Amino acid sequence: MSANLVLVVVVGVLFAAGVYLLLERSLTRVLVGVILIGNGVNTLFMVASGPAGRAPIVGQGDVDDMSDPLPQALVLTAIVITLGVTAFLLAMAYRAWQLNGHDDVQDDVEDAAIRRRAERDEVSSSYDDSAGGTMDEEGSDDAAESSEAAAAGVGPEGERR
Amino acid sequence: MMLALIAAHFAAAALAPALVSWLRRRALLLLAVVPAAGFVWAAAMTGEVRHGDAVEQRIRWVETLGLELSFRLTTLTWVMTLLVTGVGALVLAYCAAYFRRDDAGLPRFAGLLTAFAGAMLGLVIADDLLVLYVFWELTTVLSYLLIGHNPERKANRRAAMQALMVTTFGGLAMLVGVIVIGQAAGTYRISEVLANPPGGDAVTVAVVLVLIGAVSKSALIPFHFWLPGAMAAPTPVSAYLHAAAMVKAGVYLVALFAPAFAGLLPWRPLLLTLGVLTMLLGGLRALRQTDLKLLLAYGTVSQLGFLVVLVGAGTRAAAMGGVAMLVAHALFKAALFLVVGLVDRATGTRDLRELSGLGRRLPVLMVTSVLAAASMAAIPPLAGFVAKETAYAAAVDIAETGDGTGVGTMAGWALVAGLAVGSALTAAYSIRFVWGAFAVKPGVPPIAASECRFPTAGFSAAPVVLAAAGLALGFLGPAETELLEPYAALFPEGAHEPELSLWHGVNTALLLSIASVLAGIVLFRWRNRVDRWQGRLVAGGDAEVAYRAIMRGVDRLAVEVTGATQRGSLPSYLAVIFLVVVAVPGGVLVAGQPWTDASGGVGVRAWDNVGQAVVGAIMIASAVLAARSRRRLKAVLLAGGTGYGMAMLFILHGAPDLALTQVLVETVTLVIFVLVLRRLPTYFSDRPLTKSRWWRMGLGIAVGLVMAGLALAAAGARTAEPVSDGFAEPAVSYGGGHNIVNVTLVDIRAWDTMGEISVLVVAATGVASLIFLITSRNGRWRPDDAIASAPTSPDRLPHRNLWLRAGRTVAPEGRSIMFEVVTRLAFHVVIVFSIYLLFVGHNEPGGGFAGGLVAGLALMVRYLAGGRHELNEAAPVDAGLVLGIGLFIATGSGLVPLAFGGDVLQSAVVDFELPLVGHVHFVTSLFFDVGVYLVVVGLMLDVLRSLGGGVDKQAGDDAEPGETIESAEEASTAARREASGGNQ
Repeated sequence: MSANLVLVVVVGVLFAAGVYLLLERSLTRVLVGVILIGNGVNTLFMVASGPAGRAPIVGQGDVDDMSDPLPQALVLTAIVITLGVTAFLLAMAYRAWQLNGHDDVQDDVEDAAIRRRAERDEVSSSYDDSAGGTMDEEGSDDAAESSEAAAAGVGPEGERR
Repeated sequence: MMLALIAAHFAAAALAPALVSWLRRRALLLLAVVPAAGFVWAAAMTGEVRHGDAVEQRIRWVETLGLELSFRLTTLTWVMTLLVTGVGALVLAYCAAYFRRDDAGLPRFAGLLTAFAGAMLGLVIADDLLVLYVFWELTTVLSYLLIGHNPERKANRRAAMQALMVTTFGGLAMLVGVIVIGQAAGTYRISEVLANPPGGDAVTVAVVLVLIGAVSKSALIPFHFWLPGAMAAPTPVSAYLHAAAMVKAGVYLVALFAPAFAGLLPWRPLLLTLGVLTMLLGGLRALRQTDLKLLLAYGTVSQLGFLVVLVGAGTRAAAMGGVAMLVAHALFKAALFLVVGLVDRATGTRDLRELSGLGRRLPVLMVTSVLAAASMAAIPPLAGFVAKETAYAAAVDIAETGDGTGVGTMAGWALVAGLAVGSALTAAYSIRFVWGAFAVKPGVPPIAASECRFPTAGFSAAPVVLAAAGLALGFLGPAETELLEPYAALFPEGAHEPELSLWHGVNTALLLSIASVLAGIVLFRWRNRVDRWQGRLVAGGDAEVAYRAIMRGVDRLAVEVTGATQRGSLPSYLAVIFLVVVAVPGGVLVAGQPWTDASGGVGVRAWDNVGQAVVGAIMIASAVLAARSRRRLKAVLLAGGTGYGMAMLFILHGAPDLALTQVLVETVTLVIFVLVLRRLPTYFSDRPLTKSRWWRMGLGIAVGLVMAGLALAAAGARTAEPVSDGFAEPAVSYGGGHNIVNVTLVDIRAWDTMGEISVLVVAATGVASLIFLITSRNGRWRPDDAIASAPTSPDRLPHRNLWLRAGRTVAPEGRSIMFEVVTRLAFHVVIVFSIYLLFVGHNEPGGGFAGGLVAGLALMVRYLAGGRHELNEAAPVDAGLVLGIGLFIATGSGLVPLAFGGDVLQSAVVDFELPLVGHVHFVTSLFFDVGVYLVVVGLMLDVLRSLGGGVDKQAGDDAEPGETIESAEEASTAARREASGGNQ
């Protein structure tokens, strides 16, 4: 089966533009990129589903002349899903703007904190290396901990000073 | 019966919290009935087990995986069942008095301990390796939760975590071993594996892995350190889990597999060495403890080593002695732990440096302790002595003759010496325990009667019963021998037939017993000197230090790996994904060139019709310009251009349904973009022209090329006849519709559609949550009172039935009466048209999606004409309700066929004559499409309310008061409330 060259080129360009936008930080641009890529995928379905034909409605012509109905059903689903995703991303962009005054995706601060720990050769924040304290089924850390901390120079996180 | 017993435990565990909050501490007595019932059942099975008849229960579970729930009671499992259920019942009853009346953790604790008893019972009677493993890990997890009973203290949390890490590590090793053994044997049924043990190197490795699991669970060197740490648990838990039951699981596993695998090369060297070393180390450490509970914990470590030596030796005599010791140990150690709990509750301390003269105050308790400790120290006539006699005899047999083990003479005598020294240490710390808890110590003021809270008889009952049982068992040696004989008979006949008895005559074993008790007395007498000597010898908790170093290393590695790979930047993650797309599928495309056909050429045609070329050119231009645009609105409009281009392509392709949906979706998208973008800045934030932009461009082009290549390849790769070629005929005959795409959606591939509308519901809810920051929907619709309170001309009374009421909420300068009137007139027509599309969709272009979108557009126009209050007038219903009803109808219509014996989502065609209307041709999948319609309408409503109305309102709230309609409206509402308040 031969491929429709025009549609192949359209697929390529939609993807190229979409990926370029997707790598941006502005959520609106990312969203436009998602839409372009969505359209690109739908075109890809058209290329793969074979030659154009009549509408796949029985009784309006020969069955053999029809375009393939199955990819159409899949693409129909995809179109509506894209609408849902668009609405959601848009709401997210709006919310980001509301909170930060811009809709740029920031680098994750937690990841940056982990990177700093790695550079300083530290353990993770949840790592507990404290040996002190008596084990008991009753009572809590507070009293023992604070006096111990004062004596042994133990910080609130249990780290040695 | 066996499964029912286990299930009863878990059911009781589930009910436990409720019971405890109702009956308080007494609920524990009720819960104790469950394991007690297990004990009674096991006792009733004595006859069957004694005759070697295994009691079995098998339930096929997952046939294809060969999984079954199988349980089996043999001599060994019968002994374990009695211990687990008996001690479990006593400990639960003991807990009723142990915990304080107001202990907040009691409901949780009661459930966990009952569940643990059930898991332990399951572990010992499971006859399937995988079932055994599941219960094994269940005990691990429950033990973690029980050790962490008081999570307030950091030390407790750490101890719980340490126990979990160590035992889970062993458990994972064991899982691998279990699977290898099961695969090699061709069955996971334990009885069959034991009957025909598989062989080979793989099995040898697997058995070692299983032993790692056993050794870690039973706290042998090098995993011994977790057990003393686990003493953070409440004392009854220590008595049950860390003395009688869970730590015995490892011993049980060794005993279970010993008849089949004791002959494997690594088995005896590994277990005997680790066992003896653990026995010695535990005994030495126990002598140094001042906390009675820790003393017992190290004593348990020592005894576990001893038990593993016995059950792991693999001779008939050692096996008999091992099981007898297992029983004796459970009785005396549980009793001693419970005594510590009583002492702790009576005096408020467990420190033997502070306890003095308690024997006079609590004589019953002291007698109990003496009995239990004497059993531990192997003094006649107690069960511990009987068991140890047999153990010594077995060890001497191994040393003298090898007894079929292949252990050399030197190694054999070393084993005997190790056991003897270990027993001496045991005797020493047994004395130390009794002395520490009850003796009068010089220099320590004796505990006064007034300082001592005397325990009730019920509280003391459990340890007394256990200690008495240990005494009674000492005299029942012959009967015990007979009962345990079927297990011992699994091993080859040895040098001497073992017999449990108080008196065997004067032999090496008796001399060893006497010598070790005397040595124990000496060790205790000169304890200060021993202590000083030991202080120089022992380096400290080296295994624990190693454990901590490993944990720290793992943590550091995790930080380094995370720091190196997790950059936290969305573009860089996406770039990695796209680079992989370019490298892997792209590489395959370049290498394989799958688009070339048989003749070597590339099978392409320029276009199907010229229209495609024109539309394609427009789309390409739009996409490129959209990517270059620096204005938001421009980018969005250009992206919309590609969307409308898609619709054109669909028409040219012969897909009217797609074209219709695409046009509708594109319109909706554009409008909601405009609704939101009016609030966002006009331009994208300034980004300097850096190298990264060229990077992005290059990556984009590369991905575009790969995708274009993929499109070529996909078109060329199609060799088989499409499955959809056969859709046309059944679409009419079964699906009852002429529009094949619609029949595909609601019938042939209805599951896809089902998933899709679920996604839409989630997306709609997400949008609404992001704007309104709601976390729950109550589905109730609040009438919009802003309309009634909107400003009216002074000469007119507010009238409820006014036409275009909501329009008055819009500022006069922003109103377009023409627009409002036309919208009002057209609205119902459009809604009717949307319903027409829904109904006709089965045969013509249309359907639930298109219909729902048209209805959504009608609502949108109402919103644009009269603001958010007009939208509320048009659809006075909560969007969540519409979504929910839609999903309900779709799901319901899918499930209804089940009632008629059909498949899920099966449809039926109904033809009937209706008076006046005439012939009605009706397909039940229409209901499904109605559900789809409602979900789409709900989505639209949510989007309009959130991104339209919600953004409006927030814009109004942000703006200066008095400047906008919104604030005017708020002010009038407030004024009205004030007025009505004044009237009252």
